[in-house]
Amino acid sequence: MTVNPPATATEPAALTEVSLLRFATAGSVDDGKSTLVGRLLHDSKSVLADQLEAVERASASRGQEAPDLALLTDGLRAEREQGITIDVAYRYFATPRRRFILADTPGHVQYTRNMVTGASTAELAVILVDARHGVVEQTRRHAAVAALLRVPHVVLAVNKMDLVGYAEDVFATIAAEFTKYAKALGVPAVTTIPISALEGDNVVTPSATMDWYAGPTVLEHLETVQIDHDPRGRVTRFPVQYVIRPQTPEYRDYRGYAGKIASGIFHVGQPVTVLPSGHTSTIAAIDVLGESVDAAWAPQSVTIRLADDIDISRGDMIAPTEQAPPATQDIQATVCHLHDTALTPGARVLLKHTTRTVKAIVKDIPDRLTLDDLSHHPAPGSLAANDIGRVVLRTSEPLPMDAYGDCRRTGSFLLIDPADGSTLAAGMAGAAFAGADRAKRAELDDAEWDF
Amino acid sequence: MSQFEQAAAPDFQLPHLDVLESEAVHIFREVAGEFERPVILFSGGKDSIVMLHLALKAFAPAPPPFTLLHVDTGHNFPEVLRYRDRVAAQHNLRLHVASVQDFIDRGELKERADGTRNPLQTVPLLRAIEEGRYDAVFGGGRRDEEKARAKERIFSLRDEFGGWDPRRQRPELWQLYNGKHAVGEHVRVFPLSNFTELDVWQYIAREKIVLPDIYYAHRREVFLRNGMWLAPGDWGGAKDGERVETRTVRYRTVGDMSCTGAVDSDADTIEKVIAEIAATRLTERGATRADDKLSEAAMEDRKREGYF
Repeated sequence: MTVNPPATATEPAALTEVSLLRFATAGSVDDGKSTLVGRLLHDSKSVLADQLEAVERASASRGQEAPDLALLTDGLRAEREQGITIDVAYRYFATPRRRFILADTPGHVQYTRNMVTGASTAELAVILVDARHGVVEQTRRHAAVAALLRVPHVVLAVNKMDLVGYAEDVFATIAAEFTKYAKALGVPAVTTIPISALEGDNVVTPSATMDWYAGPTVLEHLETVQIDHDPRGRVTRFPVQYVIRPQTPEYRDYRGYAGKIASGIFHVGQPVTVLPSGHTSTIAAIDVLGESVDAAWAPQSVTIRLADDIDISRGDMIAPTEQAPPATQDIQATVCHLHDTALTPGARVLLKHTTRTVKAIVKDIPDRLTLDDLSHHPAPGSLAANDIGRVVLRTSEPLPMDAYGDCRRTGSFLLIDPADGSTLAAGMAGAAFAGADRAKRAELDDAEWDF
Repeated sequence: MSQFEQAAAPDFQLPHLDVLESEAVHIFREVAGEFERPVILFSGGKDSIVMLHLALKAFAPAPPPFTLLHVDTGHNFPEVLRYRDRVAAQHNLRLHVASVQDFIDRGELKERADGTRNPLQTVPLLRAIEEGRYDAVFGGGRRDEEKARAKERIFSLRDEFGGWDPRRQRPELWQLYNGKHAVGEHVRVFPLSNFTELDVWQYIAREKIVLPDIYYAHRREVFLRNGMWLAPGDWGGAKDGERVETRTVRYRTVGDMSCTGAVDSDADTIEKVIAEIAATRLTERGATRADDKLSEAAMEDRKREGYF
């Protein structure tokens, strides 16, 4: 076999591993979201010459003199022809400090569904408002989706500051109103930044005109925001994806349980319970893709071996015996309905939770939530696409479902149409928003603005 | 414990390559758990090599429960085909080769006027999927490659014609992948969706993955056509007015010889390749692929017809 050139002892800067931040953007075209995203990509030098040339050509053909950065995130021809918008486009950029995966969600059509999808994997959400209009209905809706999906960090970018004369008091009023609202919804960390995406103020480079603002630019914040990855003190869960049994002479008795740790930290010697069977054992070995370790934590993909030979298959969950979740067939959850066919009580669906898919019946839809003002509408009869509501489900088998607020990976599920396999709804078990305690605390913290 | 893990240990934060690797392994295991007959598209190109490496890690010490499938245009680099056969044999994996040349010989496909065979791969690919009754097909596509790919799902549903209909794509939330499909349909799966070109190279360096030598700088006879340095071979060569010269080049992507251009490069080690990519001002497809220059929506059109 050919041997490629060996790596030398000193590793160049480009080899350095950095952290990864997943974030989502929300806001309509009118708020300047495409311009903001385009500027983040462009000013962080993530747009390469051939891409920029394409934008310049497209801008010129539309009679625009300067390249329109919004075109960097332009849609596909199929979207234009069919008048649809694909829910999320993923963008990638990097700085020497961090790698970024941006879930760019279109704001105008199907906004709730799109943002829910983008926010589901996000550790941070950037919500845009137009400084001239301040916090509007859509802003409250975006904040509510971020809170509902338990996105831990929310950034409000107050855009178009150039159109309000870069006035500090305009920004301060909007920032205060938004922060109060987001904190009341239970968003743990809220940051507000005055920007002009068009002029480039405070997106990548600090504004020359807003000297009253001493905080970070949007990119600086994205680069430095501390995301809590500490697995200790969290629920500890390991959904089994696949059972590895080589059945070779060398590995005759090998049974490894392959999966991705959903939450928490596992260690060798830990007493564990397997759900739903309730069998117990202890962890004999943990293998992180070829490396034997004493401990592993989320989100590592590992193979776990147990001290006892017990019957475990895909769909089972391994959890520490001391904090094994109860398994239940009755689930109360908040769902965002995604499909064009409405969800109605009595519907027979499939429910996909971690690595297990079971049958389920929608027993009741007690209410629908209006995200603009968080008002409840009892007994709506059905949920249409983009509706968010409470549902009561009964499953064919017990599931070790956590509250979504405790664990995003094991508190979430999909409802699937058994007839054609469509994804119908995205579900989150337990209370929709973080508790009332937070709301109370937010009032006390009212003066604590991030600028 | 690697130096990276030690550095990250205090706050339990994993470096980006570990996060991407873990995510890709999770995708391979989901497919193994939910599909009957998965297959990996394996061309001997760097992305498919990284895919296979991840699949091997995901199921070790057992072999990955997947077949390999290659659509051979008949214009592939001989070095790459040798690499392909060697790797399949080394890991004792079944290799299914669908040959564009066979389709041309049987009259089922017609050679294009421009001689490029990349667009001709779709028919043999779909036939191979049908004949092999493959229900999940792993591709090495990355979302950073191209704007149609930026909107691709990790699990991408294809109809019985292999077509990609943006309307039928399912919202993909958390890490819950919905692989339900009707008989005759299949799902394309992209485990490297969130890798960038630089991530792929960094991962190759970290894992010490051996690639075909043509990815590193070497002396080669090439000629200029449509702004790209093409290498003569069985597929054809320089025509009138095109001058063959020997240059120091390497390949950033590896596809059909008739439409994959070499780039001038002195990067003969992995560090130099990474440094070159980190500093480049052109995307890999923009620099080296004639097939994407066919039109502004070239990739989108080919995807809808069942291309990778």
